[in-house]
Amino acid sequence: MTEQTVTLYKRMKDLPSEHLLAAGTAMCAGCGGLQALHEVYDILGEKTVFVNAAGCMTLLAVYPFTPFRGSWLYTSMASAPAGAQGVRDALDILLAKGRIKPAEDLQVVVLSGDGSASGMGLSSTSSAIERGLDFIYLCYDNEGYGNTGQQTSGSTPHGARTATDTGSRGYSGYKKDLFSIWAAHKPSYVATVIGTEPLDLARKIEKAKNMKGPRLIIAFSPCPTGWGFDPMDSVEVGKLAVKTGVWPLKEYENGRVTHTKVPSERVPVEEYFKKQGRFAHLFSPQRNEGIIADIQGRIDAYWSEVSPAP
Amino acid sequence: MTRALITGNRAAAWGARLARADYVPAFPITPQTEIIETVAEWIAQEEMDCRMVTLESEHSMLTAAGAAAATGVRVFTATSSQGLLYAMEMIYTVPGWRAPFVLVNVSRGLQTPVTLEPDHNDILAARDSGFLQIHCSTCQEVLDQTLIAYRLAEHHRVRLPVIVNMDGFYLSFTREPVDVPTQEAVDLFLPAFNAETTRFHAGEPVSQGVAVLGSSPYSYFRYENHLAARQGLPAYGEIAAEFAEQFGREYSSVETYHCDDAEFVLFMIGSFATKAKDAVNQMREAGWKVGLVRPRLLRPFPDQDLRLALAGKRGVAVIDQNLSMGKGGILHSELASVLYGQPGAPPILASFIGGLGGRDIGAEEFFEMIRVLQRAAHDGVTPPPRLLFTDNELREVRKLQAIAHTPHRQG
Repeated sequence: MTEQTVTLYKRMKDLPSEHLLAAGTAMCAGCGGLQALHEVYDILGEKTVFVNAAGCMTLLAVYPFTPFRGSWLYTSMASAPAGAQGVRDALDILLAKGRIKPAEDLQVVVLSGDGSASGMGLSSTSSAIERGLDFIYLCYDNEGYGNTGQQTSGSTPHGARTATDTGSRGYSGYKKDLFSIWAAHKPSYVATVIGTEPLDLARKIEKAKNMKGPRLIIAFSPCPTGWGFDPMDSVEVGKLAVKTGVWPLKEYENGRVTHTKVPSERVPVEEYFKKQGRFAHLFSPQRNEGIIADIQGRIDAYWSEVSPAP
Repeated sequence: MTRALITGNRAAAWGARLARADYVPAFPITPQTEIIETVAEWIAQEEMDCRMVTLESEHSMLTAAGAAAATGVRVFTATSSQGLLYAMEMIYTVPGWRAPFVLVNVSRGLQTPVTLEPDHNDILAARDSGFLQIHCSTCQEVLDQTLIAYRLAEHHRVRLPVIVNMDGFYLSFTREPVDVPTQEAVDLFLPAFNAETTRFHAGEPVSQGVAVLGSSPYSYFRYENHLAARQGLPAYGEIAAEFAEQFGREYSSVETYHCDDAEFVLFMIGSFATKAKDAVNQMREAGWKVGLVRPRLLRPFPDQDLRLALAGKRGVAVIDQNLSMGKGGILHSELASVLYGQPGAPPILASFIGGLGGRDIGAEEFFEMIRVLQRAAHDGVTPPPRLLFTDNELREVRKLQAIAHTPHRQG
C-alpha cells in the first residue's frame, strides 16, 4: 500500500471558497476545462509558472491581461514540456548558484489541451518524463481540437461526430489511452480528474503538489461548444461521464493504478450520449445499436478488470 | 591567453565556456556534435560550472533555451542544417520573448538530397526570424564572435538571441591556431548575465509570449523586435571596438580586403572568403585591382557600411553558397536592395551560385568571375546569374547515373 498522507480536503467545505484565477476570460460559457483549472489553481497557488501549449487556454492571457496571479509562458503546440524543462533547469541553476532565494522558487506547470498532449506534444512529454523533470502537466481533455472548432484529435472518442468526422458513424478510431501511455513511463504520479468531482480533484492536486518529479494530470473537460450541449448542462454531463464509467477517476503511483471513485451501479452510456449533440447521430434518424453496444461493451470490459474501491 | 590548434567546433565550445554559460540544452547533429560533446566533457571534469540537458529534438531544444533564458540564466546551444529547420517554429518564436542567448549554427546543406557538407541555405532560412546573425570565416572568429554575440544579445537596446554561424567541415572539423583568452580577460569583457525584467520567479509574476487580439499590438511588437535588431548595428560597433581594444582583434560589421582602390569586388560570407582572399592576392600580383567584401553581420544587415565599402566600384560579384529555388542567390538580392538607387552604387552586380553541398570554389573560378565583371563593366550590362558547375562535375554525375541505371544482374 502507498503511504497515506493527511489531506487538507476531507469534505466539500474544506475546499478554498475563493478562486485565485480571475474571472472574465475568453473561455466559453460552461467550459469544463476552465472549471478544472480554477480548482487546480486554487490548490497550486500563485507561486506557479504555467507553460502553455497552443490550445483553447492560450487565450487565457491576451495582452495586456492575464487571469493568473503567477507567471505564464506560451510556447508552441508541440514543446510546452521542453519549455517547462528550460524554466525548471534555470530555476534550479539560480537556486544552486544563490541567485534567487528558495522562497522565490516556482512550481512549473504545463497546461495543454488533449490535441497537444496526445498528438504533437507527446514526444516532448515522453522525454520530459524520461528525464525525470520535476513538473506538473495538466491536460484539459475536451476530446478534440476545441479551439479550432472541434476537429478530431487523438483523444476523440469512438463514434463522436466532429468537424472532421461528420459521417453517420462519427469518428471510427478510439480515444488514445493517454493515462496508460504516461503511466508506462513510470513517472512519480499520474491522475485523472474532473471539475465536477472537486474533492477528488483537490486531493489529487494536493498530492501532486507535494511530490517531486513528473506528475501528470488529465482533466476531463466537458465542452458545450464542441460537444453540443447547453452550457448549463456542463456539470451534469461531467457527472454522467463519471457515473457511466466513461471517465474513470484513478491515479498511478509507485507502479500501481488505483481507482479513486468506482461507480457502484453504472448508468448506461447512452444516458451520457443523449445529452450531447456530437452523439445525436447514434439515435436519430434511427438508433445505431451497433456503435452504442460496442462502446457500452468496452466500458463494461474496462470496469470488469477494476477491483471495487477499498 | 594560450595558443591552441583547435577546430571551429572546439572554438565554439570555448566561447560558451569562457562566457560562463549556465545552461546548455542540446541535441546532436553532424557536424555540430563535437561542440556539445566538448561541453559535456568539461562539465563532467568540473572544468565548466554548467548544466547540460539533451532534449529529444531541436524544436524542444530551442524551446528550453528560450525558456531558460527567459527565466534568467545565460544559455548556449548549437545545431545545424535539418536541426535548425526542425526548430524553425521556435527560431521564429523565441526572439519575441526578448530573452537573449547564443546559438551556434554549423552550416550544412539541406535536403533533398541529404548531405553532410556545407552551404548556407540552413542559416538563411532563419534570416527573417528575429535572431541576429554573425558569420565567421576562421576558428578564431568563431570563439571571439561567440563572446561578442553574448554582449550583443544582452545589450540593453537589443535583448535578442544571436546565431553565430560557421561552415561545417571547413571550420567545424578544421584545426586552426586559435588564441584562447584567459577567463579573467573574458570576465572583464563580458560581465555576468543580467536578466533585466525578463525572468520567472515568485513574487514578481511575468507573462511571456501572450496572445494579442488585433493587428495594432501585433504590429507594435513585431516592429519592436525589428527596431531592436536595427539597434544591433550601433551596439555591435561599440562592442566590437571594445573587443578590439582589449584583445587586439578587429571585427567590424563588414570585413574589407584590398578594397580601397579596387575596381572589382568579390562579395561573400563564411569560410570560403579565405579562399577568395588567396585569389585576390594572386590577382593583385597580376596587377588587377580587385578586393573582397565580407559582411560579418547579416542581421541586422549593415546597409550603410556596405554602401560605403562598395561605393564607386565598377562591379561586384556576389557569391551565394545558397539557392532560393526559382529566384537565385539570396545575398545577391539582399545586396541589390541596399545599393539600388544609391549614389555611387556599382553599376554591375553579378550573381554566382556555388559552393553548394561543400563544393569547392577554385582560384581560377574567382579569376573568371572578375573577368565576367570586367566584360560586363565594359558592355554596361549585368550578366545573368551563373550556376558554378564544371564539365568535370557533370561527367562525375553522368558516371554515377550510368551506375544507377546499369541493369541488375542476377546470380
